[in-house]
Amino acid sequence: MEWLAGLGHSALSFFQRLGRGHLLFFAILQGLPGMVLRPGLVVQQVYAVGVLSLIIIVVSGLFVGMVLGLQGYNTLVDFGAEQSLGSVVALTLVRELGPVVTALLFAGRAGSALTAEIGLMKATEQLSGMEMMAVDPVRRVLAPRFLAGFLSLPVLAAIFSAVGVWGGYFVGVGLLGVDDGAYWSQMQAATDFRDDVWNGVIKSLVFGVVATWIALFEGYDAIPTSEGVSRATTRTVVHTSLAVLGLDFVLTALMFGE
Amino acid sequence: MMKSRTVEIWVGLFVAAGLAALFVLAMQVSNLTLVDDEGYPLTARFDNIAGLKVRAPVTVGGVRIGRVTAIDYDPRTFQAVVTLRIQARFNQLPEDTGASILTSGLLGEKYVGLEPGGAEEVLAPGGSIAITQSSLILEQLIGKFLFSKASEEK
Repeated sequence: MEWLAGLGHSALSFFQRLGRGHLLFFAILQGLPGMVLRPGLVVQQVYAVGVLSLIIIVVSGLFVGMVLGLQGYNTLVDFGAEQSLGSVVALTLVRELGPVVTALLFAGRAGSALTAEIGLMKATEQLSGMEMMAVDPVRRVLAPRFLAGFLSLPVLAAIFSAVGVWGGYFVGVGLLGVDDGAYWSQMQAATDFRDDVWNGVIKSLVFGVVATWIALFEGYDAIPTSEGVSRATTRTVVHTSLAVLGLDFVLTALMFGE
Repeated sequence: MMKSRTVEIWVGLFVAAGLAALFVLAMQVSNLTLVDDEGYPLTARFDNIAGLKVRAPVTVGGVRIGRVTAIDYDPRTFQAVVTLRIQARFNQLPEDTGASILTSGLLGEKYVGLEPGGAEEVLAPGGSIAITQSSLILEQLIGKFLFSKASEEK
């Protein structure tokens, strides 16, 4: 009996959290049109979320591209097809690794910071203070952060993919001696703008919504203690990673499954 | 908090870098051509197109002048109907142009190669290419080779 009650309790609290999350999502969406009047708030958040994530994105993109070049070369050279290295590197990055790895890094670098910031605002009663002054914290605090995350992730993913392609170029062409022209021409023959690049951008837009939404909700819903904020931050990273990986499969199946 | 001017400059740089990255992906990686959708359609019927895909290039003398836009099957003639879209500026293909399905390299992708003939009339938009040569199937070729070898040894 006790066990059954525990199961019921956790199921109920799960759906309550899900419901609160969606209500918050719609409240944020309602706050978005107001951001047109206050672009300064969004710019400030794009700096915090996007610009400060740039270094880790560029470095990761470079090394992911270099590893792809190295591994791809070692596999392809057995078939005498090392000329196709460019298409392997570009398709892997543009379709999958660019959006996904960027979203995972974004969850660790920016999502956790968002959760901690908002959770701490809640713990120190800054959010309640705003409400007392008739300022809606969802519109003033959450909406600009949501918009910033939504806009930053595709930008970061595009930078990640572009840098990765050059990383693969350095290793493949510079170190391993793949032909320069073949690297680019095979890549251009295999990669299509609408089917590959644009679908990657759509993926990163979806991940931007999901990653920022989870981060904001976990912070806004955190138990206002230091332990609660720390647990919310952990949950942000774990849930965002799981959501991104799961959604990536669904999106890939929809986009490339035919 | 940093001065808002500095923040704005950094954000501007960030967005510009993102747009530049997307531009590189579009131009350098996927070789986006903006005039791709324009042009006129032609159809060609093949007995066998094995391996040809939609969006495969259409070339004349190795230069890409269009793409395959649709592949269909005609149940009456048992032939594959391939629709090609040729860029509008290449509108002087003679009427007796031949089409064959070729492979770039041994294992590369299939593409449609056009062989212009000598006729005075040009192919009108929506016209049909009469002379076609089917896709080369490696298994059949190996089979024929082995068969001829075996008959030689008799």
